[in-house]
Amino acid sequence: MESVISNQSEETSAWGGGSKPMNASYGKLMMWFFIVSDGLSFSGFLVSYGFSRYKFIDSWPIADEVFTHFPFMHGIEAPMYYVALMTFILIISSVTMVLAVDAGHHMKKNKVIFYMFLTIIFGATFVGSQAWEWNTFIKGDYGALKTRGGQILQFVSTETGKRAAIKDFSFEIPTDRETHESSSGVWYKSESSLPSYSLNEVKYGFEMNEDLVIRIEKLDEKGKKIILSRDESLLQIENAVGVVEGANLIENEYGNPLFADFFFFITGFHGFHVFSGVIINIIIFFNVIIGTYERRGHYEMVEKVGLYWHFVDLVWVFVFTFFYLV
Amino acid sequence: MGKETHNLAIFRGFLKFKSNVQKIWGVLILLSILTTVEVALGIIKPDILNVPFLRVKLLNWIFIILTIVKAYYIAWDFMHVRDEKSSLQGSVVFPLVFLIPYLAFILLLEADYIFDVMSEGFVSWNF
Repeated sequence: MESVISNQSEETSAWGGGSKPMNASYGKLMMWFFIVSDGLSFSGFLVSYGFSRYKFIDSWPIADEVFTHFPFMHGIEAPMYYVALMTFILIISSVTMVLAVDAGHHMKKNKVIFYMFLTIIFGATFVGSQAWEWNTFIKGDYGALKTRGGQILQFVSTETGKRAAIKDFSFEIPTDRETHESSSGVWYKSESSLPSYSLNEVKYGFEMNEDLVIRIEKLDEKGKKIILSRDESLLQIENAVGVVEGANLIENEYGNPLFADFFFFITGFHGFHVFSGVIINIIIFFNVIIGTYERRGHYEMVEKVGLYWHFVDLVWVFVFTFFYLV
Repeated sequence: MGKETHNLAIFRGFLKFKSNVQKIWGVLILLSILTTVEVALGIIKPDILNVPFLRVKLLNWIFIILTIVKAYYIAWDFMHVRDEKSSLQGSVVFPLVFLIPYLAFILLLEADYIFDVMSEGFVSWNF
């Protein structure tokens, strides 16, 4: 039996090993297969985001209203500009990466070092921007109330037609209520920090300000959030059970908590990819400096991390579209 | 891989670059233009494009198509898929272009059904 097999493998050299039908090295092929499987994971996340969005298609938060901040420009509404800038940073880091790969093909060590360095800088800038975006999202800006069913009630001023922040109209009522810590009572009972205004303070402030109305999560035919009349608002505010400031995995002042969950999960998973990409780039960067690939005779390792880096950019293009644009 | 193995033509040979580095900058310009168009449309949101087509707004179709065009150029020119053998191109691209639209189709259809049940049936989440 053994002899038969060895005879056959001599006859058909395609199965004898050594040939490269795809004309790519083992490492590069494995990087491609990793990219395909990772691409499928990301598409799974984005499609499940789409699932939740279609499920709540008439009440989903409007991304333009959520991400309106730009660093150092306080109070100016700048929807999308910041995330567009982040997209450009990542595309440019992709370009410097491909330039490094190209310099590697020509065995120009110093050029590879220079372009790898730029790629690392741009990559780190992107991760930093992502952190800033998270921070702004977690802090929130206007604050809102939530009903027992988990619906969010936001406030609009009829005078200006703009959103009203709870900190601007809430009426402070002196109270003894403090954040309960496990050190000051039964050890197994504690709570996360109290919102800066209590439900009663917001309710009272709302009743005092005649020009305030409530905006609910539901969208009208034009895709705008429905604004209730003053009388409807006064009825609706009785359903509120708590104050929501900012966003976390449990509640979200911008609307459906699932929006925040998916935001943290998808951009977090992508940001983690960028972060590990920066780390891998740094390792390869030092390998280039000490001349590992010069001695090896080729810069294929730069090409492999390049593939990973472009993939991360590719994923961001889709995250950008489905989270911020669509 | 030397520089002579690079395919330097994009747009089906309409635009041909002299060197690989030139092609990279050319693709960057193309990607920047596409992103700028996307952002501009996202900020302006023209009312003409606010009409549904196959249950998705025309504007969103434009975003999705531009994204796929961008993805094509990132993969083909930055990841050098253009220079690979067709067997590698196929084994990388085919699973993705088959499985992702399939998954999207079944899940979005299901979600649309759940939405209908909640809006027209007796199930409600607003207490």
